[in-house]
Amino acid sequence: MSATFVGMPAFPAAAHAALGNAQLRHNLAHATGTIRAKRQRLVDELDASCSWEELRLAGAGVKESALVDLGTHLERLEETLTANGATVHWARDAAEANAVVAAIVKAHGVDEVVKVKSMVTQEIGLNEALAAEGIAAWETDLAELIVQLGDDLPSHILVPAIHRNRAEIREIFLERMAAAGRPAPADLTDEPAALAAAAREHLREKFLRAKVGISGANFAVAETGTLVVVESEGNGRMCLTLPEVLVSVVGIEKVVPTFHDLDSLLRLLPRSSTGERMNPYTSTWSGVTPGDGPQEVHVVLLDNGRTNALADEVGRQALRCIRCSACLNVCPVYERTGGHAYGSVYPGPIGAILNPLLKGVGHDDQVDSLPYASSLCGACFEACPVRIDIPSVLVDQRAKVVDAHRGGRPKVEALAFKGAAVALSDSRRLGLGERFTGLGLRIGRRFGASKWTSARDLPPAPRESFRAWWRRTEGGGHGG
Amino acid sequence: MVTCINDALYPDTGRAVVTLLRRLGVEVEFPESQTCCAQPMVNTGYLDEAVPVVRNFVEAFEGYDAVVTPSGSCAGCARHQHAIVARRGADPALAAAVEATSARVYELSEFLVDVLGVTDVGAYYPHTVTYHPTCHSLRMLGVGDRPRRLLERVRGLTLRELPAADQCCGFGGTFAVKNAETSVAMGSDKARHVRDTGAEVLVAGDNSCLTHIGGLLSRQQSGVRTVHLAEILASTEGAAR
Repeated sequence: MSATFVGMPAFPAAAHAALGNAQLRHNLAHATGTIRAKRQRLVDELDASCSWEELRLAGAGVKESALVDLGTHLERLEETLTANGATVHWARDAAEANAVVAAIVKAHGVDEVVKVKSMVTQEIGLNEALAAEGIAAWETDLAELIVQLGDDLPSHILVPAIHRNRAEIREIFLERMAAAGRPAPADLTDEPAALAAAAREHLREKFLRAKVGISGANFAVAETGTLVVVESEGNGRMCLTLPEVLVSVVGIEKVVPTFHDLDSLLRLLPRSSTGERMNPYTSTWSGVTPGDGPQEVHVVLLDNGRTNALADEVGRQALRCIRCSACLNVCPVYERTGGHAYGSVYPGPIGAILNPLLKGVGHDDQVDSLPYASSLCGACFEACPVRIDIPSVLVDQRAKVVDAHRGGRPKVEALAFKGAAVALSDSRRLGLGERFTGLGLRIGRRFGASKWTSARDLPPAPRESFRAWWRRTEGGGHGG
Repeated sequence: MVTCINDALYPDTGRAVVTLLRRLGVEVEFPESQTCCAQPMVNTGYLDEAVPVVRNFVEAFEGYDAVVTPSGSCAGCARHQHAIVARRGADPALAAAVEATSARVYELSEFLVDVLGVTDVGAYYPHTVTYHPTCHSLRMLGVGDRPRRLLERVRGLTLRELPAADQCCGFGGTFAVKNAETSVAMGSDKARHVRDTGAEVLVAGDNSCLTHIGGLLSRQQSGVRTVHLAEILASTEGAAR
């Protein structure tokens, strides 16, 4: 599959294309609206018995306690996993992780693997890296299968094919399934049950044939050496139990100290992601269980920028993220532009902070544009089950983008703000009060009034400013 | 704190705050050295540039019992972001001054309901209005239903529910020009919801958001006016706007 986020334009340009796609806008508004309502019902229901806010605090506390002493918990995780018969690998970046996985697959002499839906393997471009080694990586999550067959890119963390409707999915199945394995039936309709049945037949062959399964993990328990995968379809469990070899790529921020810590997180995640009290399949495995499931288990612990994020005083809270997508579903920007505009497997509000934190700012215009892809409305923070203050991190990342470009040739925007700082730091520098009136509009014009007036009228300038009125009437005392 | 936008573009809102507060027995001053809360700089990432502006802010408002502003967004900046700017300035004296000042900053509806303890401000406004709760007043300050409670006690006023009221209008400060197309897409949906209510007036507590939504409503020849909450609350029988 050749689709790639590499070389995507900055957010405003990418959003332009998405905003003009009426079908996409309709699909997104419908899908995010439905899931928002489901989530809200479950949050409200919980408030009646125990407080949602208490649960959020507990979840945030668990993740925070893991991050505060991350090194200790990771070493403990390595000990327990190893004691359970798993082999632990450490990867500093995407290239190292991909090389580890490819070497394991090749050591077993196979040319295909089945995959559990996983964000981290998309982050590192594992499928493409394996393809380069002659290994086919089959996505088995239904939505990921749709994306893969369509040579497309995911546009949502939880529902990566949210930008597709069922008619489009039928076409993709009819045109592309045959090249990847069992073809779709010729009389396939766009009924959801028929589409799911076609995918089931197609995938079943792959599950039964595969020698190697590849997954990520939602959580990794240091105390017990247990990995956890949370899913809806059961296709993940097929990949986790049928192959002889299981390789799991796990971001180092996925570690939690104790098994008990899963309590709050497993209640928060399904409510926040699919709008369910409980997800249908929660798989846990602790290394190798003799005679049951994969007999060779590997865990690749991945950094890939996470320690950079951890070192960021404000931004480190983004590592609490449990990839639920609640912030995407409530985001008014995401609802209009969809996920592709963010140019990353992590779209939406969390992507707007996670990408610059993982990749660093100041060297790629696309990454630098992401912290600005938000109106700072705060709906994401309100919905986040682990209380990541996304608006504050966005503002902090914006400052880091600006700081990264200080010293170079200043942009018009930087000059405008420098000028504004001088003018606004002393009202007397503005000269006569009346001159203040035009300042906002003048800055506005310098800063792109045409971008404002292309669709919006500007208000008429008033006869006199407030301060001119105050001075003229001596505080409204007369003539007001 | 009148705010820079109201000073320059919406003096009627500032005058309405003065009228309203005096009617309720509050001694009102306008420190003329005030300029801007520095939010445009902070939210665009220009923290160094924000430092002298925040310094000016705390000097201008030093010594007052309360700093009242007809903007949830500017109040939010003063309460939650000035401390960040002070840290950037690495100036303990500024940090102390910010701490002292920001605790006394109130958005207008907070001051009326929480400090003065009134919801009936004696206003008369014989129009059909719909209310848009602006994001920073709603989520940064948590003003809750205070503006609604004030509007519900205005004589002559008919309040229409705004569908999807708590969704952002798309203004977002420099977002409105940096991501103008997305901003307009969000604002167009908001304007559609406003028109669907059949109200003649859209009211909100932030003129910045109203400039954006009002700019769209005006371009669409919708016939809907935008009016700041303060101007409605300041209106009385005989002097109705």
